[in-house]
Amino acid sequence: MSKLACNIAGIDSINPFWLASAPPTDKYINVVRAFEAGWGGVVWKTLGIDPPVINMSSRYGVHHDRSRNVIGINNIELITDRPLETNLREIEQIRKEWPDRVIIGSMMAPLDEKTWKELAIKIANSGVHGIELNLGCPHGMCERGMGSAIGQVPELVEQTTRWVKEVVDIPVFTKLTPNITDILVAAEAAKRGGADAVSLINTVNSIATVDLDLMAPTPTVDGKGTHGGYCGAAVKPIALHMVGEIARNPDTHNLQISAIGGIETWRDAAEFIALGASGVQVCTAAMLYGFRIVDDMIAGLENFLDEKGYASLAAFQGKAIPNVVNWNELNINFDTKAFINKDSCIECGRCHIACEDTSHQAITMQENASGGRDFVVVDDECVGCNLCKHVCPVPECIEMRPVDNGLPVLTWPEHPKNPLRVDIVSTENTLAETGENHE
Amino acid sequence: MSTTGKVTIDDINAGFGDLHKPYNKSQALLEASRCTYCFDAPCIKACPTGIDIPTFIHQIRTQNVKGAAKTILSENIMGGTCARACPTEVLCERACVRHHDQGKPVEIGLLQRYAVDHLLDSSEEHPFVRATETGKNIAVVGAGPAGLSCAHRAALLGHKVTVFEAKPKPGGLNEYGLAAYKMVDDFAQKEVDFLLGIGGIEIIYEQYLGQNLSLDTLRSKYDAVFLGIGLGLCNQLGLESENLSGVYDAIDFIEQLRQTNDKSTLSVGQNVVVIGGGNTAIDAAIQAKRLGAKNVTLAYRRGEENMTATDWEIDLARKNGVDVRLWLSPIELSGDAHVSTITFEQTTIEAGRLKGTGEHEKIETDMVLKAVGQKLNASVLSDIVIERGKIKINDKYQTSIPSVYAGGDCIDTGEDLTVQSVEDGKRAAHAMGHTLFGIDFKEV
Ligand SMILES: Cc1cc2nc3c(=O)[nH]c(=O)nc-3n(C[C@H](O)[C@H](O)[C@H](O)COP(=O)(O)O)c2cc1C
Ligand code: SF4
Ligand code: SF4
Ligand code: SF4
Repeated sequence: MSKLACNIAGIDSINPFWLASAPPTDKYINVVRAFEAGWGGVVWKTLGIDPPVINMSSRYGVHHDRSRNVIGINNIELITDRPLETNLREIEQIRKEWPDRVIIGSMMAPLDEKTWKELAIKIANSGVHGIELNLGCPHGMCERGMGSAIGQVPELVEQTTRWVKEVVDIPVFTKLTPNITDILVAAEAAKRGGADAVSLINTVNSIATVDLDLMAPTPTVDGKGTHGGYCGAAVKPIALHMVGEIARNPDTHNLQISAIGGIETWRDAAEFIALGASGVQVCTAAMLYGFRIVDDMIAGLENFLDEKGYASLAAFQGKAIPNVVNWNELNINFDTKAFINKDSCIECGRCHIACEDTSHQAITMQENASGGRDFVVVDDECVGCNLCKHVCPVPECIEMRPVDNGLPVLTWPEHPKNPLRVDIVSTENTLAETGENHE
Repeated sequence: MSTTGKVTIDDINAGFGDLHKPYNKSQALLEASRCTYCFDAPCIKACPTGIDIPTFIHQIRTQNVKGAAKTILSENIMGGTCARACPTEVLCERACVRHHDQGKPVEIGLLQRYAVDHLLDSSEEHPFVRATETGKNIAVVGAGPAGLSCAHRAALLGHKVTVFEAKPKPGGLNEYGLAAYKMVDDFAQKEVDFLLGIGGIEIIYEQYLGQNLSLDTLRSKYDAVFLGIGLGLCNQLGLESENLSGVYDAIDFIEQLRQTNDKSTLSVGQNVVVIGGGNTAIDAAIQAKRLGAKNVTLAYRRGEENMTATDWEIDLARKNGVDVRLWLSPIELSGDAHVSTITFEQTTIEAGRLKGTGEHEKIETDMVLKAVGQKLNASVLSDIVIERGKIKINDKYQTSIPSVYAGGDCIDTGEDLTVQSVEDGKRAAHAMGHTLFGIDFKEV
């Protein structure tokens, strides 16, 4: 058995890579192609009650970087636009043809108990391994009281999750919207409703670009545009944060997490798993590059396990959670300073101007004897912000090196300058702790 | 070349197509993405006209291509020619920091061409607006890079400019002297038309200094005069029989080639010998080969490291089948009426001096092209002080006559570099404030 075999909310999967509910999982031919390519599972494109929805022409917007790489896309598509029965029969057939692959049925319905329950039962009867509740779609469906309109109201998250749990005996995944203030409120509601797992994130509400000729948002439908769901590499940091919060929150930490949001590579997947995810779902990356990208996701993740000596995904799942803390728990005495590796420096000056204009004037620029330029970090001025390291075009040219200043671990709540500090100790002691009487 | 060994008209025309293919949008964006947008960039310092290279490349990346062109042209109004003709490998691109980590520089020249061509092709109005008319009149002698650059800048500053050009067309060496494969599609004329679009500049042709034009008259009629006359005379080999038919100045050969409408009508020898080690020699040799010459030998009297042609140009010549021969100095031309043999003496360095070894070598030839440098025709400059064969100027581009300025190849710092001539003309135009308004020359 592959090292990547895993179990997500009680469902065995040959690998952690599932396709998220979206156009790539829209119908028989896509899903079969995905399984042929090696994906472990799919969450079928969201099913609803008939009659099926009708989609617009002109559906996706894009966020390119200046080299035309896609940072993110947004979309104004709705749920499946094919009849429920067509979808269910195809699911049944693929379940027979691909017994070792996972199919999760995604669903949404108008806010009515009977409708929710009937739809959930029909989907479960098609043989899916689990059901995912789409409470996140932030465009179109929410205007009909579905998707994020439900996901943004904790009571409704709990309610719909409970309705489905009451009628099916397969795992239920509640898919959360990021278009809220605190993800924990929604996650806790899903838990109260009995969810086996949460899937997150759904897309972030957005306008991708404004067409300056048409003076309208893109995608533009006959001269007008609407907000759409943003996804792809750019949303990964948002998703990582939300996953991390759920994983480290005592009330939700035992919820299974199927992580989604900007996953393009094995490394992205490994980061989510380190933050507690049991498996991951991918949409945009597959849409941009095709199903074949799973090859490197699999090979890369296996390689990572080997290099680190992990026998399975479980061996590092959640390993980063203890290190996600509140700001108040960070060591304020920690000191790190930029160090420029002269040998790899190409003398572009980017670090200098970044620090000079916008940070702490800690990198000097000087002509040297051979006509080149020397860039030198002034340790006393460097606050360890990392900006120079990030802007440097040469990988590993600027290192951040922790300084051994001999000071004890100290947090802000304990800091002598914190007016709200609780445990007042003698002034002499505290000055020694902050290092302020060292000079 | 065709497989029959016979050179066809199509072959010839193909040989004079663009040396470097211009970038399409995709290539331009890809190359622009290699630029790290350096702060205080070394490439700017290495450009004689000081173009703000990181800014214009950044503008290509943001697809503000017109803005990129304006950034270039504001420092170098002939940015289009310079993008084609500059030896970038020894100028901006040599200084590019990408050498250090990627082993090759950003192709600044091709990006510059992309931006400038975009602006010139988009038939919009001239991107710069003249300052309020100052009422001052300036005479510019020579419509080459230095003269036109000065004319444009002076017009921009609000002066009225009259350009006096000896040839029937403007452009100077851009039009007559650069190799055809560097300046396809009549680019030199297109650029001049664009440059004149600023207004306030008139060009009068077939005006020869010392013949139908006199410096004294110009001085009396204009508030200031700029001399951008280049180097009018070709150095000779100083051999007997140098007037045999079949022996030409390489400059004239290139000019003929640039001016003809049908290159297949040009006669080129079977065995061509080019003498010289500069870019003119290289340009002549490559073009002779492309016109269909069977053997082209380039003979230079010193080692390759002494050649003023850049390594890249020398390499280009070799790739074009030119036989580059070093340490050969011409001592005799022979033939009845038409040249048939050239005799060289081998040379060597002895005690730091070039010396003949006494060993001779004969090469059969029916065409000899001389590219051993040019010199100033000082006789037309009356009492202007000449130093080491060139016009002496001070740091304000003033000649020994205060209202007469000079720049380009004819001045003592002139170095046969279009881009330097453009810079000279630009700076001289600013420096004229001294004469015109009694104000000091400010760095521009
Ligand atoms: C280092 C940093 C610090 C910021 N601090 C603040 C802040 O103190 N107050 C605030 O309203 N926004 C703050 N912001 C957010 C910015 O004002 C801005 O809303 C955000 O970065 C999004 O804009 P951008 O995509 O152009 O960066 C900060 C952003 C950065 C990058
Ligand atoms: S880490 Fe921040 S403060 Fe220190 S040198 Fe770099 S940019 Fe400046
Ligand atoms: S950003 Fe990096 S490469 Fe550029 S000068 Fe600074 S250290 Fe050198
Ligand atoms: S030196 Fe090279 S990388 Fe730096 S600004 Fe100039 S072209 Fe760009």
